[in-house]
Amino acid sequence: MTQAVFVVLALLTVLSALTVVVHRNPVHSACALVATLFLLAVLFAGLDAPLVAVLQIIVYAGAIVVLFLFVIMLLNLQSESRALASPVLVVAATGGGIALVALLVLVIGRATSSAAANLPAGFGETESVARVLFTTYLLPFELTSILLLVAIVGAVALARKG
Amino acid sequence: MPTPLSWYLALSAVLFGIGVLGVLVRRNVIIIFMAIELMLNAVNLAFVAIARSRASLDGQVIVFFVMTVAAAEAAVGLAIILAMFRNRETTNADELATLRW
Repeated sequence: MTQAVFVVLALLTVLSALTVVVHRNPVHSACALVATLFLLAVLFAGLDAPLVAVLQIIVYAGAIVVLFLFVIMLLNLQSESRALASPVLVVAATGGGIALVALLVLVIGRATSSAAANLPAGFGETESVARVLFTTYLLPFELTSILLLVAIVGAVALARKG
Repeated sequence: MPTPLSWYLALSAVLFGIGVLGVLVRRNVIIIFMAIELMLNAVNLAFVAIARSRASLDGQVIVFFVMTVAAAEAAVGLAIILAMFRNRETTNADELATLRW
């Protein structure tokens, strides 16, 4: 991915992420989250990860955010009158967030090498990822299926009336 | 001119910082959940970028698992919010702070 395209995508992603965090109306925050997830999927596609990009759209933007919107509609949440916490906390959290990002960027600038020059054929395609998933990572795969079962049972049990 | 790996990691760090900011500053628990999902996505970006840098598919498989765990966590967390809302009629984190009424 060329640098110009990356800079444009990165700016848009940061803008939509800020909209998620700052906006008063929860539905607008959810729509900004969808935009962020789509932009991240484009970034994944540019990073030779097409399967992950499509899964991001299907699972994150297509299921998780829809779940969020269902709950927002169920609870009938309105725009908030006082969206943020006390100003002292906002200033302290912003300072802390900037310090965290600065620390991470400093560590990154010191430590990283360049990107890989040549990738093997079919890198990031469905067959290659599936091959690794079902051989090396077979045990975590089966365990996540049990995790999903537990999550389904737990969600239904928690959200039932009475 | 391809983008260097550090730029992707810097974007991931900035998104993570925005997510942390959202969790600390907002009072609505659903927005806090969305900020947590933002943090998870920032980590996914870092994983995919490093996977490409090292020409190894392990990073993409880990992203697969992170997405699965995030989906499970979102389902259970939202069910908890629904249950609490039925009892207390509020989604404000300050008012949901104590276990007793």
